[in-house]
Amino acid sequence: MTTDTADTADVNRLATPPTFQSVSLTRRVKNGVATALVTLAFLIAVVPLVWVLITVIQRGFPQILDAGWWQKSLSGLTQRQKGGGVYHAIYGTLVQSLVCGVISVPIGLFLGIYLVEYGKRSRLAKTVTFMVDILTGVPSIVAALFIYALWVTTLGLHRSAFAVSLALVLLMVPVVVRTTEEMLKIVPDELREASYALGIPKWKTIVKIVVPTAMSGILTGIMLALARVMGETAPVLILVGYAPFINYNMFDGNMASLPLLMTVERNNPTDAGFQRIWGAAITLVLIITLFSLLATLLSRWLAPKTK
Amino acid sequence: MNDPVAPERSAGTGEPGAGRGASAVRNTSEVPIPPTSEADGKPSVVRPGDRIFKGLATGSGIFIVVLIGAIGLFLIVQAIPSLRIDQANFLTSREWSTGDVHNLRFGILDLLLVTIAVALLALVIAMPVALGIALFLTQYAPRRLARIFAYVVDLLAAVPSIIFGLWGLFVLGPVLTPFAKWLSEHLGGIPLFKQGNVLIELGGTIFTAGIVVAVMILPIITAVSREVFERTPIMHREGAIALGATKWEVVRTTVWPFGKAGYVSASMLGLGRALGETIALTIILSSTIKPFSGSLFDGGATFASKIALAASEFNDPKLVGAYIAAGLVLFALTFIVNAIARSIVAGHKEYE
Repeated sequence: MTTDTADTADVNRLATPPTFQSVSLTRRVKNGVATALVTLAFLIAVVPLVWVLITVIQRGFPQILDAGWWQKSLSGLTQRQKGGGVYHAIYGTLVQSLVCGVISVPIGLFLGIYLVEYGKRSRLAKTVTFMVDILTGVPSIVAALFIYALWVTTLGLHRSAFAVSLALVLLMVPVVVRTTEEMLKIVPDELREASYALGIPKWKTIVKIVVPTAMSGILTGIMLALARVMGETAPVLILVGYAPFINYNMFDGNMASLPLLMTVERNNPTDAGFQRIWGAAITLVLIITLFSLLATLLSRWLAPKTK
Repeated sequence: MNDPVAPERSAGTGEPGAGRGASAVRNTSEVPIPPTSEADGKPSVVRPGDRIFKGLATGSGIFIVVLIGAIGLFLIVQAIPSLRIDQANFLTSREWSTGDVHNLRFGILDLLLVTIAVALLALVIAMPVALGIALFLTQYAPRRLARIFAYVVDLLAAVPSIIFGLWGLFVLGPVLTPFAKWLSEHLGGIPLFKQGNVLIELGGTIFTAGIVVAVMILPIITAVSREVFERTPIMHREGAIALGATKWEVVRTTVWPFGKAGYVSASMLGLGRALGETIALTIILSSTIKPFSGSLFDGGATFASKIALAASEFNDPKLVGAYIAAGLVLFALTFIVNAIARSIVAGHKEYE
């Protein structure tokens, strides 16, 4: 670079000038600002979550401590009377979503199996994928209207809890299909080939090898989907009337559910109404949490054992 | 499906026999296995179990296709009679009076405007926040904590919308009121912030509703964007790091260009959700007979909340038909938005 004397004079000088230069101030500032903003965004999302949960717990917790909350219905109580319970609504929520699950799971499971094991890239498979995509985007109120148009207007049947379950099926099937598809896709082909090599028919391979391997993931998806449909309010508003007492019959008469109870009691301006709304809210959150926890546990227990 | 055996497998029910035959041929030199009848070149046996199972799987596929067709058909068939006797213009009228079945006057213009206003406000709020969260979870948060943090954001999706609605009206609304008042007093000159058609003190405005819906669509936008950002090729990122990029520069030069389309698609999915949101808006929005004035402090009803509010009065097919017609427009709207979202992703093979 310079003269010989300069080179020899500075014996401590590195053979090559330093490759690393310190990062300029503007770049460091930009980086810092970005990091701060991104972290802030996450904190912004946590605020409403915590806020909602605190609200629900604060306003609903006293009610669920009362044993009567879980054992009584609101039968015979006036708007102003406190006390009573919501077991009739819990029954409705559970039975409507379980019946929905019983119908949706086989349909969704077979659809997923069809898409991964049989359909591959056929025309029907593409159509099915497209239709499932559409179904995913159908707003719950439109699904409810469809069932109303089918069940009440066309078939001339009464509004009932079963109609609610049917509307929920429309919302649950796409979720089950998606999870089944994802889970079946990651089952290694070697497992299928090993089974075929032993002379096992394709359907038995699917039933005994492929599905059990993917079972943990599929079940988790199903439980989460059930938790989701439990909180759906639009179908119950349109397809079933509210009853303040227990009704075991899904096919006839009004039946309460937690979301329906909340919408009905919203028009009740008294203290009792306030207690019922938020009590039902915390009950619903508890049931959904329970299902999600169950989903996590199931996936742990059923996960394929690996060494 | 990129292993070489796949084409053989897809031959259908034949492979068990074929597989056995092949192995028999290969093994003859070591252990003589008497060839079974299936390996004799005869077409392999199709078992009844296979036929039934394939039938069930394909049948469910056909069922779902028919079902969606039926949804559209049923809704259209039941909407047409009411549309015929509609005394107002369905697309351009702001009226909605369905009290007298013999003089139905309904138009969707106001519903459409309010629906779009709420959904757009929600999107404008949720998009940048969701982008930040997705980047935080994929690029910034420590690996171990990222999973827990992601779970926290997903929890937002698990809270039922009715609870968000109650929280929005009774808890968030009153908190926002002073801020909303300040906005309308100081920025009232801007049409967006002018005095609306409902009492601002009650909190049942598009402003409150948009914020609540923004919270509700956050997890969906975050989840989909996160998935895309995670697929940024590691070589791109490492290349940028090797060139001395700061974390932000890595994001800007590799993660963002790669994931941009996925993020837009995720936002469209969120928009679809916002358009169809029902019960939270039914609870929050104050109803009013005055038309939508273009202000954030208006009340009114969206398609979904209008239908939900009327649900208890469904007693006449003609009356229901009017709401079904509104439902059809909502269906079409969400369908278009979702289709755009899917087509964006479909154009990017690297996301697969």
